Amino acid sequence: MTPFPGSGLAKGLAVTLRTMTKKTVTEQYPDTQPDLPPRTRGVIGLFEENCTVCMLCARECPDWCIYIDSHKETVPAAVPGGRERSRNVLDRFAIDFSLCMYCGICIEVCPFDALFWSPEFEYAETDIHELTHERDKLREWMWTVPAPPALDPGAEEPKEIAAARKTAEKLAATQAAAEATETAEAAQAAEVTEAAEGTGVAQTAPEPADPGHVESASPTDPPEGQS
Amino acid sequence: MNDALDVALRLLIVFVVFLTFPLIVGQTEHKVMAHMQGRLGPMYAGGFHGWAQLVADGVKFAQKEDIVPAGADRRIFQLAPAVALLPYLLVLLAIPIGPGEGAVGQVLDAGIFFVLAVMGVGVLGSLMAGWASANKFSLLGGLRTAAQLLAYELPMLLTAASVAMAAGTVSLPGILDAFHWWWLPWQIVGAIVFFVAGLAELQRPPFDMPVADSEIIFGAYTEYTGLRFALFLLAEYAGIVVLCGLTTVLFLGGWHGPWGEDGLGWVWTLLKAALLAFVVIWLRVTYPRLREDQLQKLSWTLLVPLSLAQIALTGIVKVVFLQ
Repeated sequence: MTPFPGSGLAKGLAVTLRTMTKKTVTEQYPDTQPDLPPRTRGVIGLFEENCTVCMLCARECPDWCIYIDSHKETVPAAVPGGRERSRNVLDRFAIDFSLCMYCGICIEVCPFDALFWSPEFEYAETDIHELTHERDKLREWMWTVPAPPALDPGAEEPKEIAAARKTAEKLAATQAAAEATETAEAAQAAEVTEAAEGTGVAQTAPEPADPGHVESASPTDPPEGQS
Repeated sequence: MNDALDVALRLLIVFVVFLTFPLIVGQTEHKVMAHMQGRLGPMYAGGFHGWAQLVADGVKFAQKEDIVPAGADRRIFQLAPAVALLPYLLVLLAIPIGPGEGAVGQVLDAGIFFVLAVMGVGVLGSLMAGWASANKFSLLGGLRTAAQLLAYELPMLLTAASVAMAAGTVSLPGILDAFHWWWLPWQIVGAIVFFVAGLAELQRPPFDMPVADSEIIFGAYTEYTGLRFALFLLAEYAGIVVLCGLTTVLFLGGWHGPWGEDGLGWVWTLLKAALLAFVVIWLRVTYPRLREDQLQKLSWTLLVPLSLAQIALTGIVKVVFLQ
């Protein structure tokens, strides 16, 4: 069935009229701040305590806007007779936001979680040189980094949490096993003593001091006890 | 002396209406269009919801340099905005807003003829601008304007003739005096045709082929700057006021309505005209621009036959039922 001629025109009029009665989507920006999601690409913050000066970010940056200077420092041996270690100390970390194209590759590539997105975006300057944010300014941006958003229900477990959980479980398992053997040993020792007391000297083992033999002589393992 | 004062007062009122109403329509268009698109529209000029936006625009236009292109036909180029704008002022004089002789700028016996003839002159302004600009886009815009004027003047005249037949007079107050409520369904086709043809003559979207900015920059107004450009824009909005007023008077019964004869007639006229102005804006927001050939087709294959059918219907009803 063909639609009534002009029904499309009426539909169009209905759409605009309905939109007029709805709330507008405009945000009055300078008067009200926009509500930005936590991962918004506003500015990059540096958590310099995590930085190891591995230079991965500076190398991966497509427009070479990250400047890093560092020097080596020797750490004395931790234990007497040990070897001295050397480590990198960060001297300068700067991002030139007049070059940055906000691709976020530096943040993706950082293996030590030292770089973060912050939704702050109001850092326009009248001089382009001031858009190069030095280490202290980048550190200040860290205070504006929001907590990460909650995962979607049914999402895969985060890798670092999964790894930590696996380690913890393994540790707990070995601990539990150790405890189990301990209690078992204690129980067997008690049984052995009881048996020895009950039967007098007749049952005295040839090697009473050997705990392994005592264990194998327990009533739960008759074949081994006979061997 | 009293007569002179009376005339001066009427002229002053018409002039004030001519200066303010187009701005009110323009501001309404800003806001209505914005909200129909989920926006807020102007919010700052004047403090309260941008009420002074068009005043600010006017100040801006007045500050701009007035340029006449080197190759342009200087006198015609400079005269065109006035030719586009002034006819609407003259038409406004003849539109009655209430019952009796006190509510119209000037009573004219041949009101419909005067109004339609003078409105046609307004389009000449665009033609002059297009020809005198010495610019190919302006010329194209002017030619499109001419084609549009030819195509849409005919159905407009025919439907106006239908109303004149029904009323038995060509005087606008006379038509209003003869109006009955059942004229509304009787002349509804004519009303729609008249309104659509009027929109096309004003080059309002969706009939804005002559100024189609994505094709021919801004048509006949391409070379204009500053105040002259502002006058063309003002002419468009004055045209909306005049078209809505005329449609109200011819087809919607003007001042007729509850207590219309007891002094509230002008409220009814303004209310109906404002409603029509809203529809003008609504249509602009909703519909995309017609292509040039679609524009011509709509007029010649739809509006002209419809207006002829309306005249036939008017004649039949008039002869068979009203004798």
